[in-house]
Amino acid sequence: MTSPVKELSSRRYIYQGDPLLTPPPADLMVILDKYRGQRDALMTVLEELQDHYGYLPQQGLQYAARELGFPLSQVYGVATFYNLFQLKPPGRYIVRVCKGTACHVNRSGEILAMIKTKLGIGEDETTPDGMFTLQTVACMGACSLAPVVVVNDRTYGRMTPEKSTAMLTELHDEAAMEVKV
Amino acid sequence: MTPMIRVGMSTCGLAAGAGAVYTAIDTYLHRRQLSVTLQPTGCVGACHREPLVEVVVDGASTLYGPVTPERVSLILDQHFGGRGRGVSPDWIVSRRADRTDYPFLGRQVKVTTPLCGVIDPHSLEDYLAYGGYQGFKQALKMTPEQVIQAIKDSHLRGRGGAGFPAGMKWDITRQQRGSDKYLICNADEGDPGAFMDRTMIEGDPHRLIEGMLIAAHAIGATRGYIYVRAEYPLAVKALRLALQQAREYGMVGQNILGSGMNFEFIIKEGAGAFVCGEETALMHSIEGKRGMPSMRPPYPSEHGLWGHPTNINNVETYASTPSILLNGPTWFASMGTPKSGGTKAFALTGAIQNSGLVEVPIGMTLREMIFDLGGGCKNNRAFKAVQLGGPSGGCIPASLLDTRIDYEDLKATGAIMGSGGMVVVDETTCMVDFARYFLSFTQDESCGKCVPCRIGTRKMLNLLTRISHGHATGADLERLLTLCETVRVGSLCGLGQTAPNPVLTTLRYFKDEYLAHIEEKRCPAGACEIDERQADNGRPLAHRAPAARAEAAL
Repeated sequence: MTSPVKELSSRRYIYQGDPLLTPPPADLMVILDKYRGQRDALMTVLEELQDHYGYLPQQGLQYAARELGFPLSQVYGVATFYNLFQLKPPGRYIVRVCKGTACHVNRSGEILAMIKTKLGIGEDETTPDGMFTLQTVACMGACSLAPVVVVNDRTYGRMTPEKSTAMLTELHDEAAMEVKV
Repeated sequence: MTPMIRVGMSTCGLAAGAGAVYTAIDTYLHRRQLSVTLQPTGCVGACHREPLVEVVVDGASTLYGPVTPERVSLILDQHFGGRGRGVSPDWIVSRRADRTDYPFLGRQVKVTTPLCGVIDPHSLEDYLAYGGYQGFKQALKMTPEQVIQAIKDSHLRGRGGAGFPAGMKWDITRQQRGSDKYLICNADEGDPGAFMDRTMIEGDPHRLIEGMLIAAHAIGATRGYIYVRAEYPLAVKALRLALQQAREYGMVGQNILGSGMNFEFIIKEGAGAFVCGEETALMHSIEGKRGMPSMRPPYPSEHGLWGHPTNINNVETYASTPSILLNGPTWFASMGTPKSGGTKAFALTGAIQNSGLVEVPIGMTLREMIFDLGGGCKNNRAFKAVQLGGPSGGCIPASLLDTRIDYEDLKATGAIMGSGGMVVVDETTCMVDFARYFLSFTQDESCGKCVPCRIGTRKMLNLLTRISHGHATGADLERLLTLCETVRVGSLCGLGQTAPNPVLTTLRYFKDEYLAHIEEKRCPAGACEIDERQADNGRPLAHRAPAARAEAAL
């Protein structure tokens, strides 16, 4: 079977004379080496980078472009097109308020407003202590439990503004506990 | 037979606390040293009663929900401890194996989801025990033409929403020249309020793989991409595991089951772009580009992924095919209407009593669905409308509840079948605000490639915001209608072309609500924040009503 993926440069990039970059750290190279020469891998690479760093650092994007042979414009274009990619480091807890139809009908707007007031930040912002990042998400597919709030990998169903305040306090305490330990 | 306890551990179940319930049951069984099979399963569909626990003893099945860790020992004592007290009837969903005592489950006909909530989704043996991969083996005994004919005879239509006959699409892709053909499964379930694909993949991932293998055999495809939303981490995990198992079982790779067929699967995770549900945008996303749509034709069947003929179907379409081959096309066709066979899964949500996943024969009326299965609105409120098809669909009012759930009948109302999102709204929802909600969604998700969609949806949103704040005039309503037409006709892809639907259908059936906002500056449902100062004060002089203009001039 012929591969549909045309070969890109499968060799490592030579940084000699590159004014911007020195060779990437080894942990990054491990990720990039896996996808060398695969034209369709860009999104997967960015997803892995984000898993690794928690966000997409500028240098990470530059290294991905250099090493895999994509124009930096394409890398940046993809990184900014999709909602899940983040170019800024997020807080310890990413609070995602679902604004899907079922959640909307069940008044998720009030929950979002409450969390905004409590944290004193707007959408896509992070609290100054780096604890919480607030985002909205189109739909988590847990509509029967609407309204839904997702924190990192945990889903909180049947939320109310009051419950969301309790949730934030709980998370704060949890973080404080971990610091002590 | 060993008694069995099943716990629904899908995303919905886990969010409702199924994890703690599972642990409590496990502890109970260990403490009592009982020989009982404890099995994590997918979601049986009755999400409104999560966490769900099914206890099967000697063939008698009882379904409990909602179960909490505190209720576990009371419930299990009843079955294994000889004590029958303490269990409230409210905790019991159904006592009969056929669920006829619970219409929400009993009236469903499950063709694509029969094993969701029954088998362990992480076990290939479970799937095989229930006839798994028999449909594919049957397909291998037939020629590709025979398989395609069977799909055509079954009247299976694309379940993604548009309803293109699946057999015909397969045929077109098969007839294309060129050695490499691809399959894509669109599992980028972006419609807010829809979770059919998530439930199917989380609960029974092998069925999708089997369906794609059948399609691969029929079309002659060599590679299959499954494009799943990254918002569904459990589904991605279940799918990856299922693929690995299928490979070990000889269903994936070279010379599958000695038939000479080669097929490879690749899972691609989306990254949160609604427009990627559009097929050309989805293909660009798989190619590692920005997910922006292209002009059609050429259609993917002719010129798809990397220019190769590509067949794109959604999860439910593929998942329907194993049963068609196993039970025959006539069986499948007999369940629906003359033009579309089989069943359709819906995510019934919103202000409804019984929310969850329902799979019913095509042709059931909306009334049966919402009142007999769904149990009507929550909190005894009055039913106002049902919204089908998400941001591309429309609202159907109470007067049209006897409409049959069928592609043509629903289209005649201005709504669409859609992928299966069915959101019920009650009297407390304002239809202007509801339309505005959908527009804010499409406006946000518009990729920006074509002008009518990028600017048109923004302008429509502005107009709807003015109406809902009580700032609008009658001329604004006309402007809105003109814009609807422009965006519908002028947009490049389905996202823009269908964006006006929520506005058009609410205007058609709830025009009085729009007029109340515009003329009386009042929101009948009491949901909108009407600007008390009303329109005139904040606006430029030229835009004010004549009387206000005269007053300001003084």
